[in-house]
Amino acid sequence: MTTAPPRPAGPPPGQRRPMGGPMGGMQGMPAEKAMTFGPSAQRLVGRLRPERAMVSIVIVFGVLSVLLSVAGPALLGLATNIIVDGVFGPTGSGGLVGEGTGIDFAALQLLLGGVMLVYVFSSVLAWAQAYVLNGVTQRTVYRLRDEVQAKLDRLPLTYFDRVQRGEVLSRVTNDIDNISQTLQQTLSQLLTSVLTVLGVATMMIVISPLLALVALVMIPLTLIITAVIAKRSQKLFVAQWAYTGELNAQIEETFTGHALVKVFGRQREVEERFRQKNEELYEASFGAQFVSGIIMPAIMFVGNLTYVAVAVVGAVLVTTGTMTIGGVQAFIQYSRQFTQPLSQLGSMANLLQSGVASAERVFELLDADEQSPDAHPPLTPTTTSGRMVFEGVSFRYEPETPLIDDLSLVAEPGQTIAIVGPTGAGKTTLVNLMMRFYELDGGRITLDGIDIASMTRDTLRSRMGMVLQDTWLFGGTIRDNIAYGRPDATEDEILDAAKATFVDRFVHSLPEGYDTVLDEDGSNVSAGEKQLLTIARAFLARPSVLILDEATSAVDTRTEVLVQHAMAALRRDRTSFVIAHRLSTIRDADLILVMEAGSIVEQGTHDELIAASGAYARLYEAQFASPSGEA
Amino acid sequence: MLVSILRRHLRPYGGLIAGVIVFQFGQAIASLFLPALNADIIDRGIATGDTGYILQVGGVMLLITLVQIACAIIAVYFGARVAMAFGRDLRASVFAQVGAFSEREVSDFTPPSLITRTTNDVQQVQMLVLMTSTMLVSAPMLSIGGIIMAVQQDVGLSWIMAVAIPVLLLAVGAIISRMVPLFRLMQERIDTVNRVLREQLSGIRVVRAFVREPLERERFARANRDLTATALTAGRLFALMFPIVLLVLNASSVAVLWFGAYRIESGEMQVGALTAFLTYLIQILMAVLMATFIAVLLPRAAVSADRIGEVLATPSSVVPPSDPVTTLDVSGRVELRGVEFSYPGAEHPVLSSIDLLAEPGTMTAIIGSTGSGKTTLVTLLPRLIDATGGEVLIDGVDVRRLDPDLLWSRIGYVPQRAFLFSGTVASNLRFGKPEATDDELWAALEIAQAADFVRAMPGGLEAPISQGGTTVSGGQRQRLSIARALVKRPGIYLFDDSFSALDTATDARLRAALRREVGDATLIVVAQRVATVQGADQIVVLDDGLIVGRGTHAELLEICPTYLEIVDSQLRQEVGS
Repeated sequence: MTTAPPRPAGPPPGQRRPMGGPMGGMQGMPAEKAMTFGPSAQRLVGRLRPERAMVSIVIVFGVLSVLLSVAGPALLGLATNIIVDGVFGPTGSGGLVGEGTGIDFAALQLLLGGVMLVYVFSSVLAWAQAYVLNGVTQRTVYRLRDEVQAKLDRLPLTYFDRVQRGEVLSRVTNDIDNISQTLQQTLSQLLTSVLTVLGVATMMIVISPLLALVALVMIPLTLIITAVIAKRSQKLFVAQWAYTGELNAQIEETFTGHALVKVFGRQREVEERFRQKNEELYEASFGAQFVSGIIMPAIMFVGNLTYVAVAVVGAVLVTTGTMTIGGVQAFIQYSRQFTQPLSQLGSMANLLQSGVASAERVFELLDADEQSPDAHPPLTPTTTSGRMVFEGVSFRYEPETPLIDDLSLVAEPGQTIAIVGPTGAGKTTLVNLMMRFYELDGGRITLDGIDIASMTRDTLRSRMGMVLQDTWLFGGTIRDNIAYGRPDATEDEILDAAKATFVDRFVHSLPEGYDTVLDEDGSNVSAGEKQLLTIARAFLARPSVLILDEATSAVDTRTEVLVQHAMAALRRDRTSFVIAHRLSTIRDADLILVMEAGSIVEQGTHDELIAASGAYARLYEAQFASPSGEA
Repeated sequence: MLVSILRRHLRPYGGLIAGVIVFQFGQAIASLFLPALNADIIDRGIATGDTGYILQVGGVMLLITLVQIACAIIAVYFGARVAMAFGRDLRASVFAQVGAFSEREVSDFTPPSLITRTTNDVQQVQMLVLMTSTMLVSAPMLSIGGIIMAVQQDVGLSWIMAVAIPVLLLAVGAIISRMVPLFRLMQERIDTVNRVLREQLSGIRVVRAFVREPLERERFARANRDLTATALTAGRLFALMFPIVLLVLNASSVAVLWFGAYRIESGEMQVGALTAFLTYLIQILMAVLMATFIAVLLPRAAVSADRIGEVLATPSSVVPPSDPVTTLDVSGRVELRGVEFSYPGAEHPVLSSIDLLAEPGTMTAIIGSTGSGKTTLVTLLPRLIDATGGEVLIDGVDVRRLDPDLLWSRIGYVPQRAFLFSGTVASNLRFGKPEATDDELWAALEIAQAADFVRAMPGGLEAPISQGGTTVSGGQRQRLSIARALVKRPGIYLFDDSFSALDTATDARLRAALRREVGDATLIVVAQRVATVQGADQIVVLDDGLIVGRGTHAELLEICPTYLEIVDSQLRQEVGS
């Protein structure tokens, strides 16, 4: 949408026009101003390197195709000359006087046959070029998408905490889409336009240097006009896409908080804010379209000016016998052909700038700092007993505020370690450190005697099982979801896991059983059932260390009992870390850690801690204190 | 759908559209004159060597060009105005329509889909209007004008057009008709790439914990390959378009010269007419080509228009009263009489025969298993949905007869999913009461047990909150969401499972503070935990849409087996210890 559609400015044989490529419309094109246009553009072109051979073929085809389509009018001009000669007598012998001897049809036939052949070849070459280029573009875009996805695997989780999901998604879809479109439209356009201008200019000079001088004046003129207008319209386009982004964010927020907007009586304010932003978007996009829409008529005007000038000078030249009518005719054709690529080059500036801005956003993602590479050579624990030791572990998100500070603990194989503490005490952070989602800032964590930092992440994680509050399931069958951690599991193993974790019971009540496909947000199973599925998933993965987040807030009470039982089954014979919300469930834990502000303030068994009457005892009391009693 | 949307939303711009047509017409006429004058220059100027005549006609040509340019610019001005105003209006009406939706319609469409429909889909239709008003309008004029002018130059050669145009239309039509399904398929595959990636991003911890990166990569690669394959096929078809059009165009020129030569030889035609004819022919074919480009936009715009039309054609199930009650006692008494709610077509009602009375100064708790209808019951009060039977009364007035603004000003609502708006802590807290003072905000934060962490945040009240509130933890988000409702100081509070992300100690402190600070209000609390509801004046036990028990904790333990079962499952160990 950033480019004004070209309008036909006369006969442009041999011209391809920058219309919507097969990528269709131009959705949500983010058009930030390219900060470093040059380097990003170069890097984008560099992405074509694997397609070198194909690009060379495209260029060769392009040159040939342009040459042929430029030759066409010249040959047609010769044909006109034959006709004129037949009517008025041989030209060049001084003016258009006397009677011709009749048109030489044999010569004309030969010539036109040749022209036809040239045109056929030109079309075939144009097709071959577009065909190859299409492949080049699509493969390049495929690789770009693939690389971004691979990059996402190497980014530390802190990146995803910082950058919004929608932002990442937008780069992979909208921006790469935009790049694809830019490549598709500008690559061939750029090539053919430049080649056509060069070719046509050469032909003009060959036919008549004098007339060429008259016609070529329009090049600098066109460039200046385009530059002046495009500069203004570019600003407006940038504004248009900036407002589109803002409006989009506003709409998204309003729709997501729909109920709140209503009950808090904010509908009117929200609509007013929307109206303002919508109006700004309207003004900017109107301005962008209008200003860029002036480029074409302006270039057309210059073209027509040239046209008249060429006609006048041409007439003089014909009357003085310096040129043939056919020559002038051909020349006029060429001057027409000249206008088109020039205005196309002008209109492409917007598209290019927008595409490069998108490329920059994608490159920025590709350049983001990656998590540290796995140790080389990695160590692998020889036993799988599941002994986990924290030695003076510290971690901070922001340099000034330590989240975890000098934390030490030992989890013996088979023990259940419960972690309790208020919201924000660092319980979840602890999990993230054990899974190596975050890297430590100090100290070390060992699993079965080996520092987890010297194992590969895959080795570590394949020994750890995790059941989180966030019951993420993917849009596949129940069977596939259970087998998620062990895709090679047999049907029996899946069934055993399902039975042990009470999944089997509710699956049987579903019409399609284990083949039930969970929809995207898993709305066809209840929250509790989802939780059971994530437990079954961890059960089947047979980890040696287990991390359980016990929050079952959205679960109805009957299912909750099942969840508790399932978790107990899962914990059996495994080292388990339980993030506890209800103190009742952890009384039997081998070790209870009480966390506050990133440190362990107390540890011991339930009885020890109650006896100590410290933080744990207070928490325990608060939980069972009747709220009405406090009122 | 496309047609009716265009008709409805373009109507206000009839004048501008007329302007577009008039000026495009002017431009078309002007550009049609130019080849004739060109022929004139060649036949009478160049052929006779009359430079004066050339200058004279050249002057006329320049004049016409000026008119053409002026018309073109004015037409673009009007066209861009029409298209962008159309887009703006359509966006606004979709936005307003969604604003009027009840929760039911919003959840039926799903918010992400509504967002796409308001922005991207509107853009597609707007694009079609833009291209049509700036380009397509002149295409038929240019074609018809070109035909007339060409025939005037020489009738004998007209048959070439009669052959070339249908051939061109057939060829382009064949290509486009094959591309349409490919485009549709491609859109679906872009959706798939989006979906796979979105899923991977939202489940990134699970994906990494289960070491599924290689398999997820493969899943994405498959979606990526499918998309690329379709794009390649569509691109290959598209690659055929221009060469074919070029060939037809060029072959026609050759034919004109060949057959023109015979006519000139026999004296039926002049050389200048031949060139003019050539020019008109190409002009006509270009117009046809132009029309075909818009035809490519059409299928996508039509799909988008259908999606927009669905939104616009869906009436909200909650309609504001035509003659609203605008005054109300201040007590905040809530009463439900024989309330029933069922989704259209559902055989089983979500709620039935619900009778409930909640007096000011009391706390009513609603407990029950998932799907028992608790949330539905709560959303009936602020009319996020409307009951399908019975009455919901506030201070004796049916909520459906109340002025919505008055109704909402009485209710403090804390939804199940704590959602914060982008801005600052303060801007979120002032959401329901823009004029609230800082002291009022701090008071609300104290009650919500949020004052401590807000104080610790850099900037305090002015600390930035990102969209959705992702910069604060789940528990903090929930407490800010509670504080937001408290700032309003309404007479009725609705807490829809709003304490779930809090640890039990904070939960208890918060409930105690609530009793202390807003004890004179009507509190309605939906909860899963027995500990949360234990101290309520009245506990209502819901099961499968029916009230199966009602009373205090102690009473219910005696009389309500469902309640006993719930308590058993949660408190057995705790109480017994």
